[in-house]
Amino acid sequence: MKNLLEIKDITKVFGEGTVNEKVALNSVSLTLREGDFVTVIGNNGAGKSTLLNCIAGVYAIDKGSIVLDDKDITKLPEHKRARWMGRVFQDPLKGTAFDMTIEENLAIAYYKNRSRGLSPGITSKDRELFREKLSMLEMGLEDKMTQKVKLLSGGQRQALTLFMAAITEPKLLLLDEHTAALDPAAASKVLALTDRCAEDPKLCTLMITHNMKDALKHGNRTILMKDGRIVMDISGEEREQMTVEKLIEKFSIDNDRMLL
Amino acid sequence: MIMTFAAFLGSLELGMIYAVLALGVFLSFRTLNMPDLTVDGSIVTGMAISAVICAGGGNPFLALIGAALGGAAAGLITGLLHTKLKIQAILAGILVMLAAYSVNLRIMGKTPNIPLTKSTTVYKIADGILPPKYAGIVLGLVILIIIIALLYMFLETRLGFVFRATGDNEDMVKACGVSCDNMKLLGLALSNGLVGLAGGLLAQNQAFADINSGTGMMVIGLASVILGEVIFGTKTLMRRLVAASLGAILYRILLAQALYVGMESTDMKLVSAIIVVIALTLGLLGEKSSKLTRFSAKFIKRRVQR
Repeated sequence: MKNLLEIKDITKVFGEGTVNEKVALNSVSLTLREGDFVTVIGNNGAGKSTLLNCIAGVYAIDKGSIVLDDKDITKLPEHKRARWMGRVFQDPLKGTAFDMTIEENLAIAYYKNRSRGLSPGITSKDRELFREKLSMLEMGLEDKMTQKVKLLSGGQRQALTLFMAAITEPKLLLLDEHTAALDPAAASKVLALTDRCAEDPKLCTLMITHNMKDALKHGNRTILMKDGRIVMDISGEEREQMTVEKLIEKFSIDNDRMLL
Repeated sequence: MIMTFAAFLGSLELGMIYAVLALGVFLSFRTLNMPDLTVDGSIVTGMAISAVICAGGGNPFLALIGAALGGAAAGLITGLLHTKLKIQAILAGILVMLAAYSVNLRIMGKTPNIPLTKSTTVYKIADGILPPKYAGIVLGLVILIIIIALLYMFLETRLGFVFRATGDNEDMVKACGVSCDNMKLLGLALSNGLVGLAGGLLAQNQAFADINSGTGMMVIGLASVILGEVIFGTKTLMRRLVAASLGAILYRILLAQALYVGMESTDMKLVSAIIVVIALTLGLLGEKSSKLTRFSAKFIKRRVQR
């Protein structure tokens, strides 16, 4: 498989030169191949979210380079990188425009890589397509397409955001603890949907999670971050042998939340 | 004491103009979720340009287009200060409002007041075609309907969709590949363009332009938007646009009525502020108890009809 994302020696320091100086990423290198589904674990402050945000362009990096599909995107602003990336945030409020309807939100995501001219924001053809695709979520959203998003539950919103992120079949799907704010039932539903989105068509996915069991269960590769570095990167055989207990033993993980 | 029928028609006529202002404020305040104080300056820019062109014997319709462009330029400058120089939106608006005072005076040839009593205006042209009693209202209504229709069509385009989403959720807009900065620039230019047009209409309607008439215009626009929302609802996009316009008309009627019950015209700014406070409070109550709001709304409606 071809290399899709090549991160070379990226460093990100917050509050440089102040007492609060924090090295969030310490020359991190990571290569993702096409079709990789990588789960990212680590304690709070390990740099997981910073890594994701640097890839997405939310933060400018201090050192290093990011190459996506042979294109250097290190200096591109967030909204320009977005055409190749789908993102789902931890906060269910962050992924959708709450005062607009479901179909309007979908249309905004759907036209991501096309011109935003003065043609109609949504056509009846789009509606049919959305209805058909939404019905696959089995959440009944296809019958609520003209309802405002603010009326949806957190789980429904995350499912919708995930769906919006994947609808344009981006090169990269970035998921930042997208189930952390949900109740267990909704979380497992959104995770199942995540697997489906990442599988068909095969999208290169990077998923941060607090849950080690989920991290080993989903995807084909797991990395563990600590103090701004990647300290473990397992896949294949080695990953299949790995258990939550071994992880704890090996890396003295001290966060109870991760054990669940 | 209830106002006379003629006074009522007068408020309607003015209301149509202030509805254009309210739509402008709706764009920045509601759609972009950005308190924009440029309005107090850009409305005078519109008045000044409109008055100078009309007084110079120019085409009064062209004067209106000039007024809109002048307002849009002011909004664009606020937008640039905010997005490129990272000045807080509210401060950027205040700065442009301040600067606009000097610029407006220059546009007006350094006189604080330009009379248009002898010049041709769109209202005088309308008076020549329609019965003068209703001509101003009809003209205002036609312009208002055109603007609502154009605005509605724009907000229903692909570009309009992301524009509306910008005020809701900037992260989502960026994640969908659109620069929020560009949307804000577009929105502020569009919003103040409408405000400038309202100023241009106002100058031609009252047949003069005055350098000091901008004070409190943003508050008036905001009051109209909120009053409209409380009474006419926010369910669909079209409803919101119409509500803002009707809010502006209702607001003029309330002000005129305040004059009739014996308030001094110099107290009008105080009355404006009080109406805003009441409208905002009603909005707040609406979130807590829609029943109470419905009652209050009914109460206000009844007062207006009487």
